[in-house]
Amino acid sequence: MQSNAALEYDYSLAKKFTFLTILFGFLAMLVGTLIAAQMAFPELNYLIGEYGTFSRLRPIHTNTAVFGFTVSGIFATWFYVGQRVLKVSMAESKFLMVIGNIQFWIYFVGALLATISLLFGISSSKEYAQYQWPFDLVVVVIWVLWGVGMMGLIGIRREKALYISVWYYLACFLGIAMLYLFNNMAIPTYFATEGLGSIFHSVSFYAGTNDALVQWWYGHNAVAFGFTVPIVGMIYYFLPKESGQAIYSYKLSLLSFWGLMFVYLWAGSHHLLWSTVPDWMQTMGSAFSIVLILPSWGSAINMLLTMKGEWNQLTDNPLIKFMVLASTFYMLSTIEGPIQAIRSVNAIAHFTDWIPGHVHDGVLGWVVFMIMAAIFHMAPRMFKREIYSKKLMEAQFWLQTIAVVLYFTSMWIAGITQGMMWRAVDEYGNLMYSFIDTVTVLHPYYTIRTLSGVMYLLGFMMFAYNIYKTMTSGRQLTEEPQFRTPMA
Amino acid sequence: MFFHWLEKNPFFFAAAISIVISFAGLIEIVPNFAKAAKPLVGMEPRTVLELAGKNVYMKDNCQSCHSQMIRPFKSETDRYGDYSLSGEYAYDRPFLWGSKRTGPDLHRIGNYRSTDWHENHMLAPADIVPGSIMPAYKHQFTNIADIETAYAEAVTVKNAFHTPYGPEFKRTRAAWDAHRPKVLDDAKAIAADMKNKDVKEAVANGQVPEIVALIAYLNSLK
Repeated sequence: MQSNAALEYDYSLAKKFTFLTILFGFLAMLVGTLIAAQMAFPELNYLIGEYGTFSRLRPIHTNTAVFGFTVSGIFATWFYVGQRVLKVSMAESKFLMVIGNIQFWIYFVGALLATISLLFGISSSKEYAQYQWPFDLVVVVIWVLWGVGMMGLIGIRREKALYISVWYYLACFLGIAMLYLFNNMAIPTYFATEGLGSIFHSVSFYAGTNDALVQWWYGHNAVAFGFTVPIVGMIYYFLPKESGQAIYSYKLSLLSFWGLMFVYLWAGSHHLLWSTVPDWMQTMGSAFSIVLILPSWGSAINMLLTMKGEWNQLTDNPLIKFMVLASTFYMLSTIEGPIQAIRSVNAIAHFTDWIPGHVHDGVLGWVVFMIMAAIFHMAPRMFKREIYSKKLMEAQFWLQTIAVVLYFTSMWIAGITQGMMWRAVDEYGNLMYSFIDTVTVLHPYYTIRTLSGVMYLLGFMMFAYNIYKTMTSGRQLTEEPQFRTPMA
Repeated sequence: MFFHWLEKNPFFFAAAISIVISFAGLIEIVPNFAKAAKPLVGMEPRTVLELAGKNVYMKDNCQSCHSQMIRPFKSETDRYGDYSLSGEYAYDRPFLWGSKRTGPDLHRIGNYRSTDWHENHMLAPADIVPGSIMPAYKHQFTNIADIETAYAEAVTVKNAFHTPYGPEFKRTRAAWDAHRPKVLDDAKAIAADMKNKDVKEAVANGQVPEIVALIAYLNSLK
């Protein structure tokens, strides 16, 4: 076979994971919108008994967003991008296909069971690591399978040099593996005794302050290696592909990648400012958070400059809009984070709604936008059909953009209001507000947030519908589009 | 160029990533580990009933809205009491500091709320605190707490981490059967301050509703 002959790539796994991305994305946003509504209208709480309280549902929202939606998106794009940048088809190796399919099914069933376990309150209580030990083991199996598949594909590659996206996927794999293993270390109590009590229960390897340190080393970097690293990997592939532009600077991508790898993990302790963690660790966390602006903005600027001279595409290709907006939200989020990591700011911001506000401008504006853009780009290539509706895509873009803006602005105001009220004192130095005053004042902002949730969810349903119609009734394509995604 | 070489050698590339991402954990977390694990002098680990209550707290995910970390600011010590010390958490597995205060901090709630207050509040929070957005937790009055698991937890942390539980804490079912009446006595002491008939009846019949364990735990937060 000639080296420049077009390869027939196998997209079966990319398609399967795309379906899961949409399914879990919908679920995560649906539950998210519900719990946002519960904060504005608490009577929505007990609708399905104990399984309908905010507190039970919140981990389902977060874990489905992280381990359902985002991880599916990472897998879906990996099974698409991996083959193409390594110039090798999955179909060339039966072994890789089998491993990939086992990974898919264990992941699908495991994710559903793990979600149900949270509904029943089977939880180890560490944020974004709530799954109890049996489900942790399933996660490990899935991750190892993915690693085997990834290494296997790299092993049989034709293109010798690893493209930038592969660096990021590789880092995602290694980073999450390390973090997840260490943070979830626990002893099942059933097996440490003569079979006493529940088989699901376990105790953490670490206690108190140590447990907090390990947890936030994990929690912060699960964001790093789940919400940042693979998404940057995606944009490094999809933006040049969609725009037909070469990456602006190789050196900047080198600096950003290795910078991100080195700096990110130090910043975890900024979640523990003013806590009982030693001061020097808190200071380290603050300082490295500021340094983190450099590699984060490095990637984002590299992406924006890739569009240099081609900004007209922004007006006529909605997919470029999605990706440019994603980069912009990435910049916003990665300057906001370091600001919150400054001690004096953190004293006000910590424990308030500004923190979920920050998380959501990052996730809704950056992660979800980029994953949706990736799926829009992949769909015509995977299904050999044109995108069903450009108009719908445009409408979705604006609806969701307004939703994100409403979300973070309302939560900024809510957070800073509450933070200031907690510390407000009268002329005699007495606290001015009782706690409940600082809750009731937030009602309008919680209502706006609920509205933004509904809008974003609607936008996501428009996205799902557009993809569904593309699959089933988009105009058939005879050959694969080179750059710009064709849309009706 | 080094990086061009690295990008053609996936094994070394992966090794390089692993080394670069390991630094932070090694330098930031490891050195302080032994020191941060020390309890305050004279601190007792939680009783089995309190542990069962902590597990109810985790099951209903109270920490998603309540912190247990009083920061060293006057506005916080005025509102909640003394600021938190590392040693106070030495037996907490997992730590339950929380990251969001949709409701107030609970680290010293045992100092200023009573069994009676919690009983009313968990049934209908907005009746006790007008404007409260906290859900009611009625199911805790009928669900039975898993005190056997709590005992298993105590035995596990004793054997694995030398948490100072007494010699009567053993891995066997016989040891649990011997300890069980002690847990029920503690539960009776809590139930005596409660009004709910079903709860009182359950405790009299040797069962511990979740609310009883939870209140025992909340009362121990001082």
